Amino acid sequence: MKELRLKATTENLDQVISFIDTELESAGCTMKAQMQIEIAVEELFVNIAHYAYEGDPGPAWIQVDTEETPGQVRITFVDRGMPYDPLAKEDPDVTLSADEREIGGLGIFMAKKNVDSISYIYQDGKNRLTIRKKIR
Amino acid sequence: MLKIDKTANAADLLFTLTGRLDTTTAPQLETEIKKSLDGVKKLVFDIRNLEYISSAGLRVLLSAQKVMNRQGSMIVRNVPEEVQEIFDVTGFSDILTIE
Repeated sequence: MKELRLKATTENLDQVISFIDTELESAGCTMKAQMQIEIAVEELFVNIAHYAYEGDPGPAWIQVDTEETPGQVRITFVDRGMPYDPLAKEDPDVTLSADEREIGGLGIFMAKKNVDSISYIYQDGKNRLTIRKKIR
Repeated sequence: MLKIDKTANAADLLFTLTGRLDTTTAPQLETEIKKSLDGVKKLVFDIRNLEYISSAGLRVLLSAQKVMNRQGSMIVRNVPEEVQEIFDVTGFSDILTIE
């Protein structure tokens, strides 16, 4: 298991993505799965950066495990921000027209749609969000 | 990294996008669109070389579509397969005019 700890700001997104890419590439991840995982990681990290610490960015931990289950990756996002379960939010209505659609609200939905499973728990003062996906 | 090529011809405007349209790069495109749409009747995005799009990128396309619904038309051209899947999942296939 590899772990990256950094400040939860959108400026650090590129660093998060390259950390994830390095792990996925060395585990033989397919190009398609890699792009889907990148989308989920971006949406979830940006969500933490925007909402967890209310204007005063704190730390986020990103843990990647490609060895626990062969052919599968598990990525966990941990933050010490306010308790918030992004999965509790209702999915957006994707059948509405452009003028009816709101700008935004798609991020968590896209994260969900691009992984095999996603789970949330608040434990010991920390938000822990875990995604799993087959990588080959 | 996102490369934005802009070609204007009377009331037609073409954006050719290369690279990644994500949280980091979407604001660049948003700024470019905002300052370019005055008087545009037909807006075209060629995304043949767009490798990646996240919700931040979709938001920019949606707001451009909303503007163009009022003043003309918008077309998204040469959509790569992976990006098409994202459009399908999010309902953007129905919102956008894809060629």
